[in-house]
Amino acid sequence: MSQRLTGIGASAGIAIAKVFKLENPALEVVKTTIDNPEQEVERFKEAISQSKTELEVIKDHAEKELGEDKAAIFAAHLLVLQDPELIDNVTSKINEEKTNAESALDEVSGMFISMFENMDNEYMKERAADIRDVRKRLLAHLMNVEFNTPSMITDEVIIIADDLTPSDTAQLNRTFVKGFATDIGGRTSHSAIMARSMEIPSVVGTKEITGSVENGTTVIIDGIDGIVIIDPTEDEKGSYEQKRVRYEEQKKEWAKLVDESTKSADDKHVELAANIGTPKDLPGVLNNGAEGIGLYRTEFLYMNRDQLPTEEEQFEAYKEVLSKMEGKPVVIRTLDVGGDKELPYLNLPKELNPFLGYRAIRLCLDQQSIFRTQLKALLRASAFGNLKVMFPMIATLDEFRQAKVILLEEKEKLEQGGVDVSDSIEIGMMVEIPSTAVMADLFAKEVDFFSIGTNDLIQYTMAADRMNEQVSYLYQPYNPAILRLVKNVINAAHKEGKWAGMCGEMAGDEIAIPILLGLGLDEFSMSATSILPARNQIRRLSKGEIETHMGDLLQLDTDEAVKQYVQQHF
Amino acid sequence: MAEKTFTVTSESGIHARPATTLVNKAGKFSSDIELEHKGKTVNLKSIMGVMSLGIQQGSEITIKANGNDADEALSALTDVLKQEGLAE
Repeated sequence: MSQRLTGIGASAGIAIAKVFKLENPALEVVKTTIDNPEQEVERFKEAISQSKTELEVIKDHAEKELGEDKAAIFAAHLLVLQDPELIDNVTSKINEEKTNAESALDEVSGMFISMFENMDNEYMKERAADIRDVRKRLLAHLMNVEFNTPSMITDEVIIIADDLTPSDTAQLNRTFVKGFATDIGGRTSHSAIMARSMEIPSVVGTKEITGSVENGTTVIIDGIDGIVIIDPTEDEKGSYEQKRVRYEEQKKEWAKLVDESTKSADDKHVELAANIGTPKDLPGVLNNGAEGIGLYRTEFLYMNRDQLPTEEEQFEAYKEVLSKMEGKPVVIRTLDVGGDKELPYLNLPKELNPFLGYRAIRLCLDQQSIFRTQLKALLRASAFGNLKVMFPMIATLDEFRQAKVILLEEKEKLEQGGVDVSDSIEIGMMVEIPSTAVMADLFAKEVDFFSIGTNDLIQYTMAADRMNEQVSYLYQPYNPAILRLVKNVINAAHKEGKWAGMCGEMAGDEIAIPILLGLGLDEFSMSATSILPARNQIRRLSKGEIETHMGDLLQLDTDEAVKQYVQQHF
Repeated sequence: MAEKTFTVTSESGIHARPATTLVNKAGKFSSDIELEHKGKTVNLKSIMGVMSLGIQQGSEITIKANGNDADEALSALTDVLKQEGLAE
């Protein structure tokens, strides 16, 4: 009998393969006395050399798949692994105390771990995790326990894990990993975003997948409908194989639309743009026929490192994106960190309500040197393409004005120094705090554009933490309250001759697209892989006809009623 | 034996990335190389040792190299400190 689990489809597609469970082996260290210390030291050195070979493979792999930045962590692991202080201390413990290698390693590394954890610096505390990782790898070799790492996979598999960490996803080999399913996570969790950009079918948030399968069990991942089937029958395999073929064919159909513009059935154009995190996402953007970039999240430049990126580093990244987009619009959002997206080196205090706290523009207006460095890099890069600068988390007009003044000051300074800066940079803002959606008519007089960030706008409007599963029912993109706010923003923009876009998950959502088209949204920005299906959908919709339904639709009373209305009418 | 004292100029002191470069360089020499800071001495070939010092901007550090290639080691490490904008 097969078993069926429901989760959240995080990345579309169908995959059928055997399970590869990614788990943390239980490594219990027992202290024993040994007779032959020389042999024990030999065993320890052997474990180091095996771990070294492994880590080098992982590092090469990560460099190829993700670039040197993300692979740097493995270089650090290699240094820890070969650290003379670590090796000498373990060796002398084995020799002097005649203790087994496992326990000597455990004690010595434990000492280093607690030393780092007690340091008064977030960055150093995190290095304790590196030592832990290395200890785990060494112990696994010493104990002959299989230590599964995704980079070692050489068969076609489906990865099953509680959750995938960035270092796990960094190691995924696209040739062999056909899909993955996890216990926890949602559509916007790290692993889900990675899966979409790698185009690997995946289902997250199944709650119990790890407890329900063994290595080698056959499973079907249906990332379209968010279903995992364990031990499928021959019939199920057959029907999902058909579904897979249909999906692949559909993708081929979509691929024909790469160079087409996005026009509705009644010939109204809207812009379909992509959300990106780094210049490495550009191939996906171009292959999927994006008409621009609607959101470049610059915070990734600041993450996974120990100090702020320099102006030069930022300039290079922005310039690369702008020039490769060859004059197409590129909306770059200034730094959005703080709160849940921590930068350890900024030493920000812990907050009770990080989503309502010191983050994004609030931090940038306060720590202006960080902000000014970024703006300088952006302004210099503006000469290489069609730049639009966007400020995140604006709550008041005053904040927008301050940010704009700082930008103009930096622009003037650069120009006085003879630096080439574009004269047609648009300056806009994210609409994600309800206060700005309500006051959109006044903001519209001062901004060049709006981009509605629905992930946050929904959670702030409904007062529901999107990470909290107990209130996840309140995360309602089609709630009429949200739709009315969106309408208000779009109308306000148009009244002043400005444009309005959207860069949240909602912009690529099948149900939301007809509504947004009817409300007059100008730009839809989404994961690159959602662009072609969205273009396909919009080409079949008549904007004029949908508009005639808007009066009725906005009078509906619940999220569910809106959803049903869309399914019936469009 | 070769020895040289530096003042740390980097705003963020010496940790992580610069420390990695420094340790990697030290590892290329056969000499024993030590780093002294505020009376504590660690092996400069040990990333954990170097990072455990938590070296801040403005402090003094001394590098001591002892062995066949001590002079080359010291001059190579001096280059790293300068190139990375760490110390003078």
